[in-house]
Formats: sequence, structure tokens, C-alpha cells
Amino acid sequence: MSALGELRALKGKPPGRQRKQNRAAFLFLAPWFLGLALITLGPMAASFALSFTRYNLLSPPRFTGIDNFARMFEDERLMKSLAVTFQYVFISVPLQLALALLLAVVLDRGLRGLSFYRSAFYLPSLLGASVAIAMLWRQIFGVDGLVNAVLGWFGIEGQGWISSPDTALGTLMVLNVWTFGSPMVIFLAGLRQIPAMYYEAAAVDGANRRQQFWRITMPMLTPIIFFNLILQIIGAFQSFTQAYIVSGGSGGPVDSTLFYTLYLYQRGFANLDMGYASAMAWLLLVIIAAFTAVNFWASRFWVFYDDQD
Amino acid sequence: MTKTDPAAPANTARPASAPPAGPHDAAVDAVAQRPPRRHPLRTPVTSLIRHAILIAAAVLMLYPVIWMVASSLRPNEIIFREQGIILDSFEISNYTEGWEALSYPFNVYLVNSGLVVLGSIIGNLVSCSLAAYAFARLEFTGKRIWFAIMLVSIMLPIHVIIVPQYVMFSQLGWVNTFLPLIVPKLLATDAFFVFLMVQFIRGIPRELDEAARIDGAGHPRIFLQIILPLMVPALATTTIFTFIWTWNDFFSQLIYLTKPGLYTVPLALNAFQDAQSATDYGEMFAMSVVSLIPIFLVFLFGQRFLIKGIATTGIK
Repeated sequence: MSALGELRALKGKPPGRQRKQNRAAFLFLAPWFLGLALITLGPMAASFALSFTRYNLLSPPRFTGIDNFARMFEDERLMKSLAVTFQYVFISVPLQLALALLLAVVLDRGLRGLSFYRSAFYLPSLLGASVAIAMLWRQIFGVDGLVNAVLGWFGIEGQGWISSPDTALGTLMVLNVWTFGSPMVIFLAGLRQIPAMYYEAAAVDGANRRQQFWRITMPMLTPIIFFNLILQIIGAFQSFTQAYIVSGGSGGPVDSTLFYTLYLYQRGFANLDMGYASAMAWLLLVIIAAFTAVNFWASRFWVFYDDQD
Repeated sequence: MTKTDPAAPANTARPASAPPAGPHDAAVDAVAQRPPRRHPLRTPVTSLIRHAILIAAAVLMLYPVIWMVASSLRPNEIIFREQGIILDSFEISNYTEGWEALSYPFNVYLVNSGLVVLGSIIGNLVSCSLAAYAFARLEFTGKRIWFAIMLVSIMLPIHVIIVPQYVMFSQLGWVNTFLPLIVPKLLATDAFFVFLMVQFIRGIPRELDEAARIDGAGHPRIFLQIILPLMVPALATTTIFTFIWTWNDFFSQLIYLTKPGLYTVPLALNAFQDAQSATDYGEMFAMSVVSLIPIFLVFLFGQRFLIKGIATTGIK
């Protein structure tokens, strides 16, 4: 089903037969190998090397040992950007997935008009990454924006959501939650793969709907929840466009929307501090890898696979 | 769901009446074709309530976008006084003036985006399908390791490579050309699509290419004449996702394109924001709407492939 599932499956398989197909295979794979060497692994190695240097593009890189990494600990903006990013990931991803799961379960129940609802809920996740929607967000959460106008109907005094450091990040979280459509579609596909006989058997045994949901649907869906969780966490850590547009590239107000990648962009491409930006990129990779590893480790306690005994 | 072989989506929920299809799209076809699971407790009233809530939710979800479209047709002074979406009059001037508001007319940015998108689509289609064929159908030294590397590279953040990549492309003199945005696609760096196509090819019966091999066809011929025509749905999915991702992409375009004449649509919109700080929401919304129209059209016509693609691999 998923790339994660593939990785899991790769672990314990016996080595495949090896035929004399090497030449054909390497011909077919030539573009991919080139890309791997020139676009992925080569730059990765270079980025690792650069992370131990000062480099401003204009003069050659100067080796400074672990100075970049040491500077990170004293860099208050970096710490702030980490805090902002963690808040964003920890709050918006669970909310987004909860909403995605809720809607998927509601839509799964033999409903007429499924494709209409699915489209309506899915469309925002295609638009959400665009500059246009980020600019729209900036306006509707502004002082004179749509949100305050609607709050006004209920007699609630609005505020400048984007211009207040307390709420600016919240508007970006709302934007991320708004794009719950793509995990929802994955959940829908997962729900359809739960064998109907499980429910029939449970109904025969007198299980009510709530029991069926918690005893069948949820356990059977845990691999999909896990997959969505990993995917959305990785994606959320790399968010950039929304924060850049909403804050006009600054990460403001008072760095409250300074996503980690936005700060990386500022250091690397605005201040030409390429060594530091490389070091930051490696810290990001380590963080994402650590999160993924912890998630894989934790999954053994809550992710249920049908075939395990 | 059956997890015995995570490589192939489980096929258990497929109704007996459904026509046969490769395992790659079993889940999606099941979504489309399985008869609704009727629940004994359902009554017309609860069903009505459910629909009412869902429609309200859908309206809430889409309201900001619809409001933006409405606002793009309103004179500037009243945009934020109107929270509704019903128009008193059509104001086309936002579009005509917004089109010319930046240093180049907006069609220049649309063409630029179009070129980048077209190059990316061609690149992804060619390079990813070649790689996918090798991974799905050929045995070669270190296949499992290469495959694992390909899978891991799906999750690699672009930031880890962006600095050296920028240095490399700037030394080649490629900054302020479309090459840094297109050439990586020609080299199958969007491994998502390699994976998606591998999944798809695995669903094509091997008997087909084995028969062709007995008839004396080599791998290039099997690929071109047997596999490629059969994997059109996967190619369509790739095309559509590449279109939307590239159209929306901001980060790499921001880095590599700094001349206004080369700006793509997202960069132009960003320039809009810089240039017209507080006043011209109408024009800004109008051009935003223009920028979203291609995504909307692709969504409209490619929905089937979008849903299929996202359900099988979980890409956005």
C-alpha cells in the first residue's frame, strides 16, 4: 500500500534471483542513477561538508569545525524557529488527522453523494500549498478580514490575527488543518479494505456500532493512521510557503511564524550564510529521521497488522 | 486490512461483482464500486441530518475560496465590507488592471509557469517510467538496496541538498534559467512517481511480457509496446500531480528565479504582495483566482487519477 509498508517488507525477504539482466536494468535506471549521484547523494555529501565551514558563495568555504553547530545553541532565532515548528507540527497535524479520520468514517457509511463530498473536502489540500491561498489567508485573518466580520455577527470583538504574535501561528495551523482532504482520501481507501465479514460477524455477536468502531474499524485502520501520521509530520516540518507569504518573508510578527525552513532560507539565501544553512538542514534531517524512527518504534505498541499473531 | 504483502494493496474488500483489475487500484475501485454498507439503524431523518451537516461543512471549507472569487469581482472599497458571496455587479476591472499591474503582463508569468510545468511533466514521465520498469520487472545486482534508497529518498527534505545544488547550478550559469527546475525531473528525482509506477507495473500480468519475450522482444520493446500503453493511468496520475506540485511550487522557484521577466505565477503573486501593500486587494484576488484556475481545471478533469494516486501512495 505505501512506501512505509514497502520498507517494512524489504527487511526480511530472501535475496532475489540474479539474472544477467544487469545491463538492461542499468540502462533503464541510468537517469535515476545520474539523478541520485548528481542531484541527491552528491549534494548531500557536499552539504554535510559545507556544514563544517563558513561559506558565503563569494569566497571559498573556510573550515570551521563544529562551529556552526555550536553557534546553533546560542542562536535565539534558531531556538525560536524550532519552538514554532514543533508547536505547528504537534498541534496542527493531530487536529488535521482527527478531522480527516472523522470525515472519512462519516463518508464511508454508505452515503449518497460521496464523490461530491470527497471533492469538496479534498480540493483545499490541492489549493493549500499555493501562494494565492496563503495571500488569501493573510487577508481573511487580517484586522478588516472576513474572520473578524463573521465574529462580529456574534458580538465578538475581533483582532488582527496575523499581526498579533499570539495568534499568527494559529492562523497557519488552521490553514494546515484545512488541508485534511488528502489524508482523508487515504483513510477512505483504508476503510474500504476492511473486510465486511468482520462487521457481519460482530453484528451476529451483538456488537453495537460503537463497539464495532473501536474493536474493528480503529484497529484495522491503525496502519493507515500510522502512515498518514508519518507523512504529515514529515510534510509539516518542511512547511515554508504559507509562513513566507503570511509574514512577507520575515517570519514575523516577533518571529512568531518563523518556521525552521523559513529561517534556513533567510540564513542561506538572504544572508548568504551557506555553511550555517547546511548545518541547519542536517539538523532538520536528524529531527525528521528521529521522529520517524520514534514513530516506527512506538508503532509496535499501537499499530495492528492483520497477519501478526 | 490484509498486511501479508504490504507491497500489493489488499484486495479483500472487492465485491465479487466488480470487474477484474490489477491490485494497484483495488482500493480505489473498491471505493467507487462497493455497494453502500447499509446500516439497520439508518432512517431517512438521520440521513437527512447527516447530509445537512456535511453540506454545511463543505460550504465552510470552500467558503474562503468562493469569497475570494466574489471579491475579485468587487470594487476595492467594498471588499471587506462584504462577507457574502452574492454580487451586486460584475467588476471586471480588477482582472484587466491586475493583469498589467506588475512589471510584465500576467500572461508572461503564466507562460513561464507553463514552460516549467511542461518540462517537469515530460521529465517525470520519461525518467520515472524507465526506472519503474527496471525496479518492477528486472533483476539486477543490489536491486533491494537501490530500491530501499529510492524509497528513503521520497522522504528526504529538499533542504539537505538545496545549498550545494544551488552552488552547482549557479556555477553552471543556470540561475535565472528554468534548467534547475526541470533538469532534476529528467533524472527521476521525484521518486514518488517511480514508486507509484512500480506499484502499477506490478499489477500488470507478467504473462504479457513473458509472451513477448518468447516472441523475441527485448526489454526496450517490451517496455515501449507492452508496459507503457498499459500504464497510461499511472502516467496520467503522474502528469496531474506533477502539474499541481510544480504549479504551486514556491521554494525552489524563489531561489532560482530572481529576474522579474522569468517569474512564475507564484513569484508574481508574491511580487504583488510586495508592490501593492495595503490597497489593491481586488487586483490581487483577481490574479490569485487566475493562478488557481489551472489547478481547479486539472482537479475537475483529473479527479479520478488524483484520488487513485493519493489512495495508492499517499502523495498529496
